Amino acid sequence: MENLDTLLKELNLTPTEYTRITGELGRQPSLTELWIFSAMWSEHCSYKSSRPYLGRMPSTGKDVLIGPGENAGAVSIGDGLAVIFKMESHNHPSFIEPYNGAATGVGGILRDIFTMGARPVAILDSLRFGEPDDSRMRYLIDGVVAGIAGYGNCMGIPTVGGEIYFDSTYRENIIVNAMAVGIAPADRIFLAKASGAGNPVFYVGSRTGRDGIHGATMASASFTEETAVLKPTVQVGDPFMEKLLMEACLELMKADHIVAIQDMGAAGLTSSAVEMAAKGGLGIAINLDRVPQREEGMMPHEIMLSESQERMLIIAKKGHEKAVERVFKKWGLDVSRIGILTQQKQIIVRANGAVHARLPLDTLVDKAPVYTRHASMPAYRAEASEERPSDQIPEPADYHKTLLGLLSSPTIGSKAWVYEQYDHSVGTDTVIKPGAGAALVRIKGSKKGLAITTDGNARYTYLDPYTGAGIAVCEAARNIACVGARPIALTDCLNFGSPEDPEVMWQFIESVNGIAAASLALGIPVISGNVSFYNETEGKSIYPTPVIGMVGLIDDIATRITPGFKDSGDLIVLLGTTLDECGGSEYLKLAGGQIPGRPPKVSPAREARLIGLVHEMNKGRMITSATDCSEGGVGIALAEAAIAGNRGAEIRIAWQFRPDRELFSESQHRILVTTAGRSLEKFKNMAHKYSVPFQVLGRVQGTHLRLDGLLDIPLEELRAAYKKGP
Amino acid sequence: MTRARAGVIVFPGTNCDRDTYHVVESTAGMEVDYLWYERKTLRDYQIVLVPGGFSYGDYLRAGALARFSPVMEALREYADRGGLVLGICNGFQVLLEASMLPGAMQKNKTLRFICREIHVRVERSDTPFTLLYRKGEVLSIPIAHAEGNYYASDETLRHIEDNGQVVFRYVDEKGGVTAAANPNGSVNSIAGLCSAGRNILAMMPHPERAADRLLGSEDGTRLFLSIKKALR
Amino acid sequence: MIARVFIKPKKGVLDPQGKAVHSALGKLGFNQVRDVRVGKYVEIRLDTGDRDAARSGVQKMCDTLLVNKVIEDFTFDIADD
Repeated sequence: MENLDTLLKELNLTPTEYTRITGELGRQPSLTELWIFSAMWSEHCSYKSSRPYLGRMPSTGKDVLIGPGENAGAVSIGDGLAVIFKMESHNHPSFIEPYNGAATGVGGILRDIFTMGARPVAILDSLRFGEPDDSRMRYLIDGVVAGIAGYGNCMGIPTVGGEIYFDSTYRENIIVNAMAVGIAPADRIFLAKASGAGNPVFYVGSRTGRDGIHGATMASASFTEETAVLKPTVQVGDPFMEKLLMEACLELMKADHIVAIQDMGAAGLTSSAVEMAAKGGLGIAINLDRVPQREEGMMPHEIMLSESQERMLIIAKKGHEKAVERVFKKWGLDVSRIGILTQQKQIIVRANGAVHARLPLDTLVDKAPVYTRHASMPAYRAEASEERPSDQIPEPADYHKTLLGLLSSPTIGSKAWVYEQYDHSVGTDTVIKPGAGAALVRIKGSKKGLAITTDGNARYTYLDPYTGAGIAVCEAARNIACVGARPIALTDCLNFGSPEDPEVMWQFIESVNGIAAASLALGIPVISGNVSFYNETEGKSIYPTPVIGMVGLIDDIATRITPGFKDSGDLIVLLGTTLDECGGSEYLKLAGGQIPGRPPKVSPAREARLIGLVHEMNKGRMITSATDCSEGGVGIALAEAAIAGNRGAEIRIAWQFRPDRELFSESQHRILVTTAGRSLEKFKNMAHKYSVPFQVLGRVQGTHLRLDGLLDIPLEELRAAYKKGP
Repeated sequence: MTRARAGVIVFPGTNCDRDTYHVVESTAGMEVDYLWYERKTLRDYQIVLVPGGFSYGDYLRAGALARFSPVMEALREYADRGGLVLGICNGFQVLLEASMLPGAMQKNKTLRFICREIHVRVERSDTPFTLLYRKGEVLSIPIAHAEGNYYASDETLRHIEDNGQVVFRYVDEKGGVTAAANPNGSVNSIAGLCSAGRNILAMMPHPERAADRLLGSEDGTRLFLSIKKALR
Repeated sequence: MIARVFIKPKKGVLDPQGKAVHSALGKLGFNQVRDVRVGKYVEIRLDTGDRDAARSGVQKMCDTLLVNKVIEDFTFDIADD
């Protein structure tokens, strides 16, 4: 291999890693073997930069059935059922080819769910784009949204929520994170852990082509001009095939025919074969001649690394081969026995009668490099002043205009233009539809329901990663509480720049610490997750963007709380404390386009008390609506509650400081609730018990949002601004 | 008295089969079976539903590949003998491709998938599917489709209208036919169509998604109860 | 042999895709565009050397499956591989 250097560069392996490979093997690897190493040792598969830190997040709890490390995490929800969920990134593929990149992102996360024996019941998408005012960004937005719709709608799984932020930091590197949630019988969850030497290995689903070769390595490298040339390697999704694959897998799993199953996602056949065998402490031998192929003349490494979509690897029970074949043939799918589990802990790859790879599994998995990367606080953070950035902006002359400006800004405004392209009502379980803080999906056959949300404000995380990441956890929990549910577990998708950049590494570690502290304090285990590094272009990183996906449980769906003012005369109460915290806010962005300063403070303990209060108030049926205060502060929360309920409000606030700072401050741990006047005394006692300060702001009344001489806006005008769309 | 028996056809890619099954069973109290697309006879059923979804991925044209399934031959015979057939969304598209109803579907005028609550007006209450509605009543039912832009030639359209085959029309909240209330560009705002014999109804809105107060609307319930009554 | 089938919206039938492309081209400054129709192209490889048989076969394929004649028109040609 005289072009070793070139090859290593292509494979994204360092010379040191190569030396480690030859040292472990005691010989030179074959070409196929080197490709297998490049995939298994990639950041994407090995988590080599992030692994030392991920264990800091709490992942256990009395209801946790399966924590991180499997295809997805699982939590018991009673009645013999488990909820299974995970979130994953598909950032780079979506930037290169938005429709297929986003579509296959949805396809991949759905496979992670039904692989475990769960029927997916909901999809959510957390998206980050550049400002929507240039035509290329519009092309990316339209493509990503259409791709998510194209895949999820065809699968017949409702897309019930998510979020979208627009910020120029994502101009050259968009974020597409997809979360899927499924339900399975708690005692019939299928794992990727192989067992039983001699058991047959089946390949099912789509045929293998050359698509996506490099996928895992591409996701582990930064963007350069060259990456754009990689377009042909982006996978194309076939949701129809996946629908058949899902139905066939779920049908097969009703009987005891298989011992393990894993989808062929990143690094395709390589990672699924290696990981399943390694988890079971066994070996695996596969014959590539038996892999169904779409193209002619594929090299062994191409078959091993292909990321063709809609494929699964199954370890069946010996003697059950016919049953497996029968189910897949019924659904018109390719099924082929490509190998066998072995005692010896190695992977053997044969093709054309020759052995192309024979590698010890522990070298590929356990001995994969782990890096403790250098981390250092970035200058911008070290120098950030404690002074309030809002001091630099003058009080608005026209509050009317300011509120409407915020309400119609792309990040705050209604996302109906997006979620109306997603089928959110298929399944006939979507009780709270997209547009609220969290979606609510009922579980047929019981009174229960699942509340689901995704959250993550990257401006906060940029200004202070620890705080921003903690806020993401708190906000998700608050959104769950606002529909009347209690949080039970979370998944995270950590989108960062290059881990080789010490400042990015610092952002990453601080963010992990922030998530760990908040989830520990709130008692919400982290049951699955995904790390996406190298979100940078030409050396410029995105804001650190940890996204939290959270699931909550409501025992009786009749006790749900919905956003939107209900009855005229209800009292409007702001729970929590408003501080002069405009750092990183939408208001500041609208006013000056700058985001200096500090983000709002975070206190998981206060969040826990707030959530406890809302929960108890709801038990006493004292809440008629709840709206989380987030971007745009209480000003926007009031407008949103008025629009959603089609009811006006009369508000009077005893200002603590300048009205604009108080109205649009993004102080955390606040919820706007409405309650009938007769409940006030009882409510005061409860708030006292939970040590949650509150302010009675006014009443639900009329058809205008009126505020103390500052604002008097008819609902129609509010709605028009909110629905304007970018 | 034996309960009426309903069949829900399942093509590869059908995805509203379980929703439809659930509503027919729980709301109309019928016995329900899934009917696999390879089935060749429908003799045991009093009503056959062709549910929504993406049969064969909607590849080539929505419904174009499903119409060649063995069960479609049986469905045609079944309908010819006067059997009740309800096609919803993709089911509508399949019935059009099979020429069991006149016209064709095009992409929505917005070129996008649309999922939202819309209003339809009941144009006929004398079909087995709409017995329990009042003529002129406005219903709130969700749509969820990318190809629901109904088209028929002028001549066919005249024929359909003269024959009173339009059962549902897209309208605004107050029941007015307006361009703004027509979500997908369908000619004459047609949302639902029946056969000349009134035994086949096909509609783009999803009544099975509007049969539970929890989900926001119960306006679809009476459609299933109408069928039950008609079969009594 | 290879058959190339061109399917387009029938004359008089509104073509929403064509309209959208037309307006996009206009916005990009292509003012010489009078009309746009967006259709489909289907390529079929045939196991026959008999051109007439190929022709009648493809005609039948179009009539039964490939084309919905309520809204679509088509033309096709047959060439050597």
